[in-house]
Amino acid sequence: MALQMFVTFSPWNCLLLLVALECSEASSDLNESANSTAQYAPNAWFAAASSEPDERISVFELDYDYVQIPYEVTLWILLASLAKIGFHLYRRLPGLMPESCLLILVGALVGAIIFGTDHKSPPVMDSSIYFLYLLPPIVLEGGYFMPTRPFFENIGSILWWAVLGALINALGIGLSLYFICQVKAFGLGDVNLLQNLLFGSLISAVDPVAVLAVFEEARVNEQLYMMIFGEALLNDGITVVLYNMLIAFTKMHKFEDIEPVDILAGCARFIIVGLGGILFGIVFGFISAFITRFTQNISAIEPLIVFMFSYLSYLAAETLYLSGILAITACAVTMKKYVEENVSQTSYTTIKYFMKMLSSVSETLIFIFMGVSTVGKNHEWNWAFICFTLAFCQIWRAISVFALFYISNQFRTFPFSIKDQCIIFYSGVRGAGSFLAFLLPLSLFPRKKMFVTATLVVIYFTAFIQGITVGPLVRYLDVKKTNKKESINEELHIRLMDHLKAGIEDVCGHWSHYQVRDKFKKFDHRYLRKILIRKNLPKSSIVSLYKKLEMKQAIEMVETGILSSTAFSIPHQAQRIQGIKRLSPEDVESIRDILTSNMYQVRQRTLSYNKYNLKPQTSEKQAKEILIRRQNTLRESMRKGHSLPWGKPAGTKNVRYLSFPYGNPQSAGRHTRAAEFSDDDSSDPGSPSIMFSALSRIGSLQKQEAQEIIPMKSLHRGRKAFNSGYQRNTSQEEYLGGVRRVALRPKPLFHAVDEEGESGGESEGKASLVEVQSRWTADHGHGRDHNRSHSPLLQKK
Amino acid sequence: MGSRASTLLRDEELEEIKKETGFSHSQITRLYSRFTSLDKGENGTLSREDFQRIPELAINPLGDRIINAFFPEGEDQVNFRGFMRTLAHFRPIEDNEKSKDVNGPEPLNSRSNKLHFAFRLYDLDKDEKISRDELLQVCRGAPGELVLGLCLLIIVGRNCSFL
Repeated sequence: MALQMFVTFSPWNCLLLLVALECSEASSDLNESANSTAQYAPNAWFAAASSEPDERISVFELDYDYVQIPYEVTLWILLASLAKIGFHLYRRLPGLMPESCLLILVGALVGAIIFGTDHKSPPVMDSSIYFLYLLPPIVLEGGYFMPTRPFFENIGSILWWAVLGALINALGIGLSLYFICQVKAFGLGDVNLLQNLLFGSLISAVDPVAVLAVFEEARVNEQLYMMIFGEALLNDGITVVLYNMLIAFTKMHKFEDIEPVDILAGCARFIIVGLGGILFGIVFGFISAFITRFTQNISAIEPLIVFMFSYLSYLAAETLYLSGILAITACAVTMKKYVEENVSQTSYTTIKYFMKMLSSVSETLIFIFMGVSTVGKNHEWNWAFICFTLAFCQIWRAISVFALFYISNQFRTFPFSIKDQCIIFYSGVRGAGSFLAFLLPLSLFPRKKMFVTATLVVIYFTAFIQGITVGPLVRYLDVKKTNKKESINEELHIRLMDHLKAGIEDVCGHWSHYQVRDKFKKFDHRYLRKILIRKNLPKSSIVSLYKKLEMKQAIEMVETGILSSTAFSIPHQAQRIQGIKRLSPEDVESIRDILTSNMYQVRQRTLSYNKYNLKPQTSEKQAKEILIRRQNTLRESMRKGHSLPWGKPAGTKNVRYLSFPYGNPQSAGRHTRAAEFSDDDSSDPGSPSIMFSALSRIGSLQKQEAQEIIPMKSLHRGRKAFNSGYQRNTSQEEYLGGVRRVALRPKPLFHAVDEEGESGGESEGKASLVEVQSRWTADHGHGRDHNRSHSPLLQKK
Repeated sequence: MGSRASTLLRDEELEEIKKETGFSHSQITRLYSRFTSLDKGENGTLSREDFQRIPELAINPLGDRIINAFFPEGEDQVNFRGFMRTLAHFRPIEDNEKSKDVNGPEPLNSRSNKLHFAFRLYDLDKDEKISRDELLQVCRGAPGELVLGLCLLIIVGRNCSFL
């Protein structure tokens, strides 16, 4: 198997080696010729110019020092990306070992190359680069993509486990190592207690990214996932806080000076740092959410706001020595809820991808640095220290897991089984969090090299051995799987069950976290959302959820006409119980309004030709593709359901859709309602929300048949929900006018109109598309346009 | 609260409830005190008005249905036994073997009993079936979140497409 892995790497290896050698060759050449140092200032340019004043003008010059740092950094990142590509190309490999192992190997490789070529200016990372630039993106990504609901449901257990677990681990390992150091035989007598404690706090920082990836792939149950996730999230913060505190203690030099008062102050500081950081994060999150409320017209800066405010929260917290990590996490969590609703779809996608990109770049760089430090002269191998470190890591983790979970299981409704606890124990993989060991100040730690070596050994051991075997272990232990599906149906019923639970708790007079959630939601709705969310946006989270999920099938369902006017009739008993009246026309109207404004929303911005906005992507080809897909799905659904409440029995009419519209001057003036459409980027790009007929399918259409629609409509007054914007006047122009707008959007509405309803002009339709598009660009200046969803009047022939 | 509870709830009754519902001694006592505090008429039974007096329940979208769940068919008063019986559905499931009594009736908090309870919540006209209208009612009765007509109907339609 090793051979196989080697073989896999070899093509990439060759490529990478070539590239690396090239750059190192260049650097070593230059090292001889110029006076390059580890400075970052591009003074080589001037040096070259001044050294030979009488030279001819040289046609080719090489100045490597100028670009050395960015060049090498970029090269490393590319290297890691190429390695990742190769990693995923070879199918079996991702199942065997997690990606972080790969990154470590690449880092070691780069380190070997740099070491081998005797690079004069090896990369130096100091703590400011790490803390200011490399760490925030990782934490931001973790916080942003955190599933908030399961997190807050388990928040008690998570806090208990993460905070206390980290503390127990850190102190335990530190103290045990101190006792080991006292043993004279190992030659570690000069390592004092504080150093050991500090080292313990560093080494106890777990980085279970690899484990989380395994969990996700194995689809373990949510509680387990949340535990590990929560631990990962809070662990960094706690470790850093502990580290800083202990550094402060260390600076006090004399161990005897530390009094209980200091320790108490330390604890109080710990709490203040944590809570203060979170507070900062929340404040910044609200500010940025508030600002995104006003960025309709300049959507290009929305991602900027998100990132800048998160980063600012980190920096602001760090200024006051509060926990920046917790601040940025809290900011991300707070911001996400509101920003997601405020920003445009493209901004949303941008934010997501950019965040992922930044965090992966950071992680890559950290691992590369780690690898570089592996191969080098800064090691000190002390068998006793290293072995005991490794042993104590495992032992203390086991102790903390089993002890803490034993206690927290008493209070949980769903206790963690022993199997779960074993998995949690086993997922203590160290990684980038322990990187702090490299940043230990040498002045305080004369034996820094030993610490670095021990850290590296632990990281390598846990990352490789535990990372590779945790997957099979999960499968072997048959951990309870998650059954999380994402259907809006489920979401609705889950919500109802929450209401039920809250209600029963009210009856019992028992106050628990469902009530807290309810109260928070009410507060949120009443105050926060009014302030932070834009107008004209759906107020319902179900709607936003709906926008993301199953839009296609939902429309399809509607279209196949499952619903009838009887759906709104209410049995008397239910009415008595619920106290709900039959839907009045006003209700229907308001539902229709809401539908138009919320459901079918199209981003008007994308169609402008402004330099700062994105070009529209609509094209005839896309429309056609959408149409074809629509037809397919419709064909499927036709097969499924036969009971169309109003369908003409044994009808022989085919389903026809609107043709491409031809230009209509009237429609230009029709702005009924502003509409915003945000579609889900994960759904198909051309997903069939449009209903256009294939030009080929349009047979001979007569204008007068449009009038047949009217009787259909009166049959279905109850289904006016779909008739948003549906005009009494069913002239074909209207349809087409609306369709015209729809035609050019990435995810427009659908129309399904009976063939007879379509007017002639099919031949004009195609020709008019170009005309329409040009007309469209003229239109974009008007605020938001609106979509209309015409009722799906399907008829079977 | 304390003295009244202990005088009105006799030990054998407590034992019976304990056996039937599986609540612990302290839980039953506490729930009894809650029961009596809700019972304004002091006649040992609760009526619908007593439940409706609970403020949070009034704004709960499922409030009426929950209240209804407490009252057995056709009755308007629920005594403490009935109260506990309904609440017993919400105890956590115990999956261990030793409490499983094959001969006796299924415990009130078993999975199927919970499902039955939930089913009865949806089934308003108590015909042991959930019709499309009832499902729609459930969907619609979730205020605070404005569940839109299209969304509801689609879901309902989705659910019923296979009926």
